Amino acid sequence: MRLISGFIISMLFVFSVHAAPSSSMPLNTKNGVIKLSDFKGQVIYLDFWASWCIPCRKSFPWMNEIQKRYGNKGFKVIAVNLDQEADKAKAFLDKIPANFTVAYDPEGVSATAYKVKGMPSSYLIDRTGKITFSHIGFRAKEIPAMEQKIKQLLKK
Amino acid sequence: MKFGVTILFILTTFMSGCSSWGVQPWERNKLAEKKMQLEPAPLDSYLDAHIYYSKESSSGGAGVGGGGCGCN
Repeated sequence: MRLISGFIISMLFVFSVHAAPSSSMPLNTKNGVIKLSDFKGQVIYLDFWASWCIPCRKSFPWMNEIQKRYGNKGFKVIAVNLDQEADKAKAFLDKIPANFTVAYDPEGVSATAYKVKGMPSSYLIDRTGKITFSHIGFRAKEIPAMEQKIKQLLKK
Repeated sequence: MKFGVTILFILTTFMSGCSSWGVQPWERNKLAEKKMQLEPAPLDSYLDAHIYYSKESSSGGAGVGGGGCGCN
């Protein structure tokens, strides 16, 4: 009996290594620390990107556009940069400006929590703070489907 | 009994030992650079392969149309 409970306890220990995504996770931006819970009541498009990621380059103009188009309806794009070197992210943003919130996580703590499987990865979070949709990669032909999902969440 | 529990605890702790090996998708950084690709100069290797196949008179021209010699 004690052997079984010992096994269960040690298994819990093994699985607790991976932290779950939390809305109170601090994210560093140029204008201070933000949390996803700060934007409760809004639909969040959480994007993970890096300067070396080629599809990320294509996603930025689109993210600028959806932020502009749906921003007044309670929509927020938060793009988490995962570059280990800050100057690379800066060079990217100088070339492709972002008109939305950019957070910096060089350690990849948030990416580990969200179990990012590819770059870029995006997560749609509804007004209650629940992750309703996740997506890997960025391709032009997938844009309409994603915008449809954003519109649906904005209606709720 | 207590010994068994301790051993089990240690063993299951080691179970997660190799689970965090390897490069995570967001850690590619320098590995994503062109010089780190298996084939950093695709055109060069394309032509090399073409010449190799035609000189070795083995099959295929690796997809490059015409060598200019009317052979391969």
